[in-house]
Amino acid sequence: MTKKIHPAVVSAQPFQVANLRPIDRLFEDEEGKDRLEKAVSRYPDKRAALLPMLAYAQERNGWVSPDSMEQVAEALELTPAFVRSVATFYTMYNKHPTGRHMIQVCTCVACHLCGGDDVFQAFLQATGTRAGETSDDGRYMVMEAECLGACGFATAVQINDQYFENVTPETVGDVLASLEEEGE
Amino acid sequence: MGYPHSHELEVGTILSRHFGDESARRLETWQEYGGYEALRAAVKMDATEITGIVKDSGLRGRGGAGFPTGLKWSFMPQEPNGPHYLCCNADESEPGAFKDREILRWVPHLLIEGCLIAARAIRAEHVYIYVRGEYFPYTRILNDAVVEAYEAGYIGADILGSGWDCELTVHIGAGAYIAGEETGLMSSLVGGRAEPRVKPPFPAQSGVFGRPTTVNNVETLAAVPMILTEGAEWYRQWGTERSPGTKLWCCSGHLERPGTYELPLGVPLRDIIYDVCGGIPGGRKLKAVIPGGSSTALLTADELDCASTYEGMQEAGSSLGTASPIVMDEDTNIVRAIRRTAEFYAHESCGQCIQCREGTAWVAKILHRIETGGGRLADIDTLYDLCEQLTGRTICVLADSVVFPLRSSLDKFRADYEALIGGRP
Repeated sequence: MTKKIHPAVVSAQPFQVANLRPIDRLFEDEEGKDRLEKAVSRYPDKRAALLPMLAYAQERNGWVSPDSMEQVAEALELTPAFVRSVATFYTMYNKHPTGRHMIQVCTCVACHLCGGDDVFQAFLQATGTRAGETSDDGRYMVMEAECLGACGFATAVQINDQYFENVTPETVGDVLASLEEEGE
Repeated sequence: MGYPHSHELEVGTILSRHFGDESARRLETWQEYGGYEALRAAVKMDATEITGIVKDSGLRGRGGAGFPTGLKWSFMPQEPNGPHYLCCNADESEPGAFKDREILRWVPHLLIEGCLIAARAIRAEHVYIYVRGEYFPYTRILNDAVVEAYEAGYIGADILGSGWDCELTVHIGAGAYIAGEETGLMSSLVGGRAEPRVKPPFPAQSGVFGRPTTVNNVETLAAVPMILTEGAEWYRQWGTERSPGTKLWCCSGHLERPGTYELPLGVPLRDIIYDVCGGIPGGRKLKAVIPGGSSTALLTADELDCASTYEGMQEAGSSLGTASPIVMDEDTNIVRAIRRTAEFYAHESCGQCIQCREGTAWVAKILHRIETGGGRLADIDTLYDLCEQLTGRTICVLADSVVFPLRSSLDKFRADYEALIGGRP
């Protein structure tokens, strides 16, 4: 389903989502062409569309594969090496496929003070995974996150494009259940 | 006002008046609240006039450095020989800070209006709002508001029939603290790694796309519309001569009522912690507070009677920073808390400067060793030495940022370090 996206916000689309729409060739269908064209139109230099296009690759496929990086490089007339150097600089571009629900538990200083580490452990236990590993059913991947910018609502947890606040080890089960209810 | 709690010191509510009110996100409601009136006034003024009002108001940058906003704008070339750009820094990622997200989430149109007025003041033809990648839910809200504002003719060609054109684009990052540093943000926006660069050239000479650029924080820009409509003197009724106005305080850690509060600058830090935030749960005592976000020197329970102004916090030996106190109660393991803070900087170092790339990781490693019982007394000297090596020797201040909490913790809580070390030489 292609949504009509205003050019002003095409470079700001959430790119960590549960509902993937995998595609091999990023810029050959109508949506890909539209995204590329609109993003490029917002900057005096094509290169500035690099982050938005890496984001688009992840929005569709759930990660940014070496092949996606090459396609982005070609589309923006950049070298694959440069694109790779940029893609690997930023932590939010997944360099490997992840679980459908990417669970990032903030354990930075404010959440850490308020029990973030325990929440992190509770998520690992509830999902039966180890940090950074995808669960056998492909559903979950749990990671520690640096400050999520919700320090007054410790512990903050980001799951894909959603924020969960004031999470405690006791409410971890509810959080996971709410993901399933959404039927994702 | 504040979010999610209110407080009784409701004297200054410029930014937070509509926090918690979801309807304020919609343009229709926002206009009923008087939204975009300031823009209407601004399109009838010239750049010098707008800059003059903001200069007179004394508004200072809310991103941490506190540079006077009007002065910053006046550095932009007065007679453009090509495009100028405004970057709104919404890459909020200082541990402890979560004020900009409340602006994005509750009053996106206030930010958009502030961006447009600032753009007019610096003669910018395009505004880029660089939002941190993780803020997906708030970016969605901002995106909706931007589209509404475009459709209503507040952004784009011939704004409000004035003949003035200005575009605005929302651009999201992808998880890099250093993209919040002004030159790092510019490197990132143009499609590179978010590596800071040496200044000069300053952004006003050569910024994004090699053109004159101003980078302003979200909270700074959101304060602009009301300064324009109500005037500089009105804004100066709050705060002090050198720190006028109101400020969003984001309070976290061991507090009864953590959250964001808008307060006039100058309220004693003690009152913010005990009156506004209700003190520490269970009546426990305060051990330390990092007052301005994780890159500021920590203060002890005896040092809270300082005014919450740029100058007041400096006199107290710390810094206002992003006004994000992280409170630690008496049971806090300081070494552990500083270790966790140091790990953040080690993780976020961009790696260009050796002192920072290696030094921040060494600090984290040594602190971890001390915390887990493998430390030696000599480690304390090594940490002090690292503080020297990490200060003032790098392109940006990320390395300096780890020194402030580290050195102050060594100075003020040496006994805590020594207790964990247990006398091993």
